Amino acid sequence: MPPIDTPAVPPDPTAAAGGRRPRRGKVTHFLGQNVGLVLALVMLVAAIVLYCAVYWAETQSLPGNFELTSTVNNTMPLVLAAIGQSFVVLTRGLDLSIGGTMDLANALAAVHIHDSPGSMVLWSVIVLAIGAGLGLVNGLLVGVGRLQPILATLATLSIYQGIAIKVLPQPGGSIPPVYTSVLVNPFQPYALLYVLLVALVWYAFRRSRIGVAIFAIGNDEQSARANGIDTVRARVTSFTLSGLFAGAAGLFLAATATAGDATTGNGFTLTSIVACVLGGMNLFGGRGSGIGVIAGAFVTTMIVNILFFSNIDPLYQSFYEGLFLVVAVVLSTAIGRFLRRSR
Amino acid sequence: MSEATQTAGGVVPPAVEGIRLAKAFGGVQAVDSATFSARPGEVHALVGENGAGKSTLIKLLGGRLRPDAGEVRAAGRKVELHGADDAHALGIWTVFQELTLLPWMTVAENLLIRREPRGRLGLIDRDRMVGEADRVLTWLGIDHIDPRALIEDLSLAQRQMVEIARVIIQDPSTLLLDEPTSSLGEKEVAWLFELIQGLRADGKCIIFTSHRWNEITSIADRITIFRNGAEVGTFTEIDEDRAVTLMTGRQLEAFYPQPPARAHDRAVLEVEELAGEGLRNASLTLHASEILGVGGLAGHGHRELFFSLFGAQAHSGRIVVDGRPARIRSPRDAARLGMALVPEDRKTEGLLLPLSVRANLTLAVLPAVSSLGLIGGARERGLAQGMVDALKIRTPGLGNPVRQLSGGNQQKVLLGRWLLADSRILLLYDVTRGVDVATKHEIYELMMRLAGEGRALLYYSSDAEELAHLCHRVLVMREGRIAAELSAPGITAEDIVTAAVRESRAAD
Repeated sequence: MPPIDTPAVPPDPTAAAGGRRPRRGKVTHFLGQNVGLVLALVMLVAAIVLYCAVYWAETQSLPGNFELTSTVNNTMPLVLAAIGQSFVVLTRGLDLSIGGTMDLANALAAVHIHDSPGSMVLWSVIVLAIGAGLGLVNGLLVGVGRLQPILATLATLSIYQGIAIKVLPQPGGSIPPVYTSVLVNPFQPYALLYVLLVALVWYAFRRSRIGVAIFAIGNDEQSARANGIDTVRARVTSFTLSGLFAGAAGLFLAATATAGDATTGNGFTLTSIVACVLGGMNLFGGRGSGIGVIAGAFVTTMIVNILFFSNIDPLYQSFYEGLFLVVAVVLSTAIGRFLRRSR
Repeated sequence: MSEATQTAGGVVPPAVEGIRLAKAFGGVQAVDSATFSARPGEVHALVGENGAGKSTLIKLLGGRLRPDAGEVRAAGRKVELHGADDAHALGIWTVFQELTLLPWMTVAENLLIRREPRGRLGLIDRDRMVGEADRVLTWLGIDHIDPRALIEDLSLAQRQMVEIARVIIQDPSTLLLDEPTSSLGEKEVAWLFELIQGLRADGKCIIFTSHRWNEITSIADRITIFRNGAEVGTFTEIDEDRAVTLMTGRQLEAFYPQPPARAHDRAVLEVEELAGEGLRNASLTLHASEILGVGGLAGHGHRELFFSLFGAQAHSGRIVVDGRPARIRSPRDAARLGMALVPEDRKTEGLLLPLSVRANLTLAVLPAVSSLGLIGGARERGLAQGMVDALKIRTPGLGNPVRQLSGGNQQKVLLGRWLLADSRILLLYDVTRGVDVATKHEIYELMMRLAGEGRALLYYSSDAEELAHLCHRVLVMREGRIAAELSAPGITAEDIVTAAVRESRAAD
């Protein structure tokens, strides 16, 4: 392949004479093309303001360091699960097994991680590798076995949950306090560093060869193939990344709870999809931003916090959560559509 | 039969050759022992009807398909192309009719996919990528396309230009273009041809297919005609009549059938002062067994007229069907009044491509083919088979998905559905566009038969020649209104075009 700046054809003389049309600015393009991300960030700001308001109404003070720390710590597992989910959503699939992978990671951590640096590092790595391995299995079923993503991951969800129960039949085990304080320090919002790290990983992913391939599949799989992209490998990688992040989410979940439970991960399958949607990730693939998904994960957690401070009867909490989500999704879809049209 | 070019420097082998190539899909022999050869430094046109095997040949030469028999040669040597990458390695690149751009990625990302400039840590440097894309677009003379724009925000013509640009920057030695001009306007075609001439001067080999004869003769050095999966002959000069005869095995003179005599003078559709987006007070009257043509330059309200009448576009004005005022606010209303629309873009409007020919045909008459709420049985099959026979729909069977049919035959399926529903007012919108000569002829014959049965046809065509020959009357639209009415006999294509561009006396 020749370098692009050595023309094979003489340049069109009329082009130089005609002069170029003005280009729209980089920022204008970015805003117009990332409506979902912008809306997710707006939603996050709105959720923070609302949270402060109900907090003020209840306690006549503003939330402080403690609230920030606990919010970030509680959201970390969802941030990781949702980013994992988004890799698969980008390819126009869904990974339902995320909850099962988190359960297994959680159970393994509670059983095996002991109070020595060696054990902590070793078992963290092992759990992450297992997570990636479970994702790889999903990827092979979908990419090579040509199963529908929902079908394949629904099956592996049950399998992974079953293995998790086998590892830790009863809630129990324990997580060393040192481990907890490194991942989700209960006194200072150090976990924000992990949020930043996830954002950086996304930034790199978006600019990597595999990132382009995964986005391309979601755009149009046939076109991606026609462009010489190995669509099978990209699909398998997307599921593997999803498993890896689900494994990390399980570790954070164990660290937050300081003990293990092979069932607490289940809910994350659905909330990770919710966070993706709130974060502006297109469920039909090919469009979306990880930064938006991180914001979406925080909004999802903050909704629960807001409901808590609004003195909602806990019995009706999930009812209001659902209501809130529907309103948020409908609003953001409508606004997004309006913005795109008026662009 | 390999051929070589004698030059001052010696013998130059053909850039690319196909020797007795064969390729079948299912039971259909798409390419049947075809031999083809093109030289470096020439523009070689491949012409033939749809289904003659041109696209398949292009795919065989471009490495997208493997031949069942025969061989492909590049620069005189036999090559095995296991995929597009193999062809690319030999400098053979293809621009396809179905675009392969990624809609939600930017022009720059699409242009430079898999060869993006990389910066620190091996990550893609987006600003540099945009810069490089900008240089490419400027160099190719299409810098009105913004490298940061998403593909989905570009017009169809712009997308096609990006698709072409993307292949040009790979510096192909052999360039295959499958119907590159079908979505381009006049200006863009001129741009492409200038580009092709530059490549030819540079010693590249360019092979393209087209249905537009004047384009072919204006740029091609040689023309190879295909029929039924094999070459009929290669010519340096050939006139259109003879080419059409070779393509179809039929004479051009008997091409347009005579419209039948009008038996009735009963108005079935009266439209007064129809207005809406792109439409300004258009009025017309359509009679039973009449073929009423609508012509004019593209973009002067034809599409809006047809879609308003079919209830697919908001409008104001009076519509009278069979003497009774009608409110048409949705296609459902229109269908209930016995109206049917056959649009030009078959994929997006009307057909369910993955479903069978039978299901598509009987979709509008489900109650009639159902018993106890269940669809199916001999009656449905009988109706569908009857329509397949009557319209000569070429399909391997009733159960095959419509997707497998050629464009013209998909068109017929849609028409067949409305005929089964006994629609009496047929709105045919540019139904012959992009359809091959033989199928076009069948569609003409069919229109005559339908008019003869007493149905009323409103017929828009971008081809003024068709309107002049096929219609009882022709309305010429300009700026959303009816600017002129011409009556047969004696309408010529020139009359229609003149009326379309002339300052209308009615205005002001």
